[in-house]
Amino acid sequence: MEEKILLLGAEAIAQGAIDAGISGIYAYPGTPSTEITEYVQRSKEAKKRNIHSTWSANEKTAYEAALGMAYAGKRAMVCMKHVGLNVAADAFINSAITGTNGGLIVTVADDPSMHSSQNEQDSRFYGKFAMIPVLEPSSQQEAYDAVHLGFELSEKVKLPVMLRITTRLSHSRAGIKRKNIKNQNILGFPGKRNQFILLPANARIQYQELIDKQPDLEEIAEHSVLNKSSIKNSSGLGVITFGIAYNYLMEVVSENNLYINILKIGQYPLPKKMTQSFIEKCSKVLVLEEGYPVYEELLRGFWEFSGPVRIHGRLDGTIPRTGELNPDIVRAALDIEKNEPHPGSTLVAGRPPELCQGCSHRDLYTELNEALKDVNEKHVFSDIGCYTLGALPPYDAINTCVDMGASVTMAKGAADAGLRPSVAVIGDSTFTHSGITGLLDAVNDKSAVTIIISDNATTAMTGGQDSPGFGRLYDICLGVGVEKEHLRVMEPLKKNFEMNVKVLKEEIAYEGVSVVISNRECIQTLTRKKRAQNKSEIVK
Amino acid sequence: MKKDIIIAGVGGQGILSIAAVIDLAAIKNKLFVKQAEVHGMSQRGGAVQTHLRISDQPIFSDLISKGKADLIISIEPMESLRYLEFLKPDGWVVSNINPIKNISNYPDTDKILNEINHLPYSILADADTLAKQAGSIKASNMVLLGVASEFFGIDYALLKKSITEIFGRKGEDIIQMNLRALEAGRQEALKVIDI
Repeated sequence: MEEKILLLGAEAIAQGAIDAGISGIYAYPGTPSTEITEYVQRSKEAKKRNIHSTWSANEKTAYEAALGMAYAGKRAMVCMKHVGLNVAADAFINSAITGTNGGLIVTVADDPSMHSSQNEQDSRFYGKFAMIPVLEPSSQQEAYDAVHLGFELSEKVKLPVMLRITTRLSHSRAGIKRKNIKNQNILGFPGKRNQFILLPANARIQYQELIDKQPDLEEIAEHSVLNKSSIKNSSGLGVITFGIAYNYLMEVVSENNLYINILKIGQYPLPKKMTQSFIEKCSKVLVLEEGYPVYEELLRGFWEFSGPVRIHGRLDGTIPRTGELNPDIVRAALDIEKNEPHPGSTLVAGRPPELCQGCSHRDLYTELNEALKDVNEKHVFSDIGCYTLGALPPYDAINTCVDMGASVTMAKGAADAGLRPSVAVIGDSTFTHSGITGLLDAVNDKSAVTIIISDNATTAMTGGQDSPGFGRLYDICLGVGVEKEHLRVMEPLKKNFEMNVKVLKEEIAYEGVSVVISNRECIQTLTRKKRAQNKSEIVK
Repeated sequence: MKKDIIIAGVGGQGILSIAAVIDLAAIKNKLFVKQAEVHGMSQRGGAVQTHLRISDQPIFSDLISKGKADLIISIEPMESLRYLEFLKPDGWVVSNINPIKNISNYPDTDKILNEINHLPYSILADADTLAKQAGSIKASNMVLLGVASEFFGIDYALLKKSITEIFGRKGEDIIQMNLRALEAGRQEALKVIDI
């Protein structure tokens, strides 16, 4: 047998996708999903097999491209972080109505505890909303295997399949056993003329088909290898685990030799028969979900007295209402005494992330703060990226960070409301992701906004991926209709401080749309390039 | 055999290289491995940590429980204290003495080193100086791995083999320098253990 390879959960999914015969992977970077696509980009096997893997401009374009590849009969994967699915939601929900032709897996990486995100929304809600199968592996090996299972399932039921993971699984390594590589599908088109034409008359037919598939999906889940019921103690405690929660339970079970009933769920829709028969054999049930209490709420029922068995979990405080699970939380929920841990040190100070030394955003914020020094109402709308760290001291430079592209449109709305000056700071990659359309709105309305594109020539926060509009931001803004005399370019360097402050002051004073492109390469990607040139150095 | 190890430091110090070397050695030793890392926002000069678990039995949780870590390896002294709650009563702390003061409220360094020294089982090493002597300050992570190598039950020769493999594409000089750093760290540990 081949040796196991040590992979991150994200990488296991990527390797699984290559081995399951995908023809393309589509994605916009987003923690904790980025490493899936990066792995395919680095893979020699993927290159040899000519698998598409370049970055998309945003999650919606990525999703639609993957759907197009599946339309053409090939297997495709699209990856995103949980909030990325909000961006792709239109395509996602409607792809459940069209169904698919070649296999389509949408891998969504949720971020409970918000390690690198604005919220901890649970993508399983979206899975239910779209009424498609969802796979939620508990381990890296299961994640690898689930990709194979997911593609077979997708092609069998002709629906996209969601593969839901969370930060911990994505960013943890374990040994993986690979399966044999499958050949890619050949080009082949949908047999049904109207499947993908969602005119109302067709859409009603397609939607009915989706509804009609639901009992089959449930029946498949009843027999899935990812769902397993184990009764150890009839009329005793039962624990229902979803996804990775299984590991935390098993950690505690194996360590304390517990004899309890366990229902392990890794495939949705929830297998009703299996779940019901499990609950009937328990005196009380603890629900462990890595995310929202999606199924706990369902099992409780609206009136919370739907059955004789008490349900415990996040909703009654047995498990904390928010945040990711861990073995300590499970131990406490099972009333297992823990050994007295070390009380910890009183000396430790917080060490929050910061903008790197030499980062171009630092110079921009110093300049912007100076330019806005005498402004009464200083409100700077910002966005998602490294530059969001400008919210922290010593800069305290921005007032908002909501969703990709919102800086431009919120600045526009505030300007419409009468705020002067109304300033936005957005990164280059965020601008091409979702800022361009907002800029078009501002141009059409001649809104009094100053949009600063802090262009570091990369998608920096997620580790320096290609920026889709690299080298073309000036032309893009011009094309959208920004006036040439109010489209300024500057290089944020200390030696240019006076000049840049002057540029910013001039544009902030303009009663119309102005765009300032503040352009200097990310210090991380620059250092990496220099390092690659200097082989004698050690790379950490 | 089961070892739960927390490796700590500040983003950019090379904690993942330490983990990669142990991971590879463990896999070669046919052990089970789970290693949870931090990616994304906190990498930017913030506190980072990885939970590394190796065992001859299958491992369930990716995260280590509080009070269960056998070993904390830290490339920065204050960061070693951040995870004390995870340490077993008889667990070891191996830490660099050189602070990274990128925050304004960094505590008094002597107090920190004093607290580490007063833990029941700890070794402080001047990893930066030992790394410089080995060839580059950047190998301070390998010095600390060397110090820690006495505590996690993987054959030293296997660790050396892993370093040779992992740094292989960077050339023989880099391999040798990292091996020197590893050995310098190991000698520090042997000094303490002998006493």
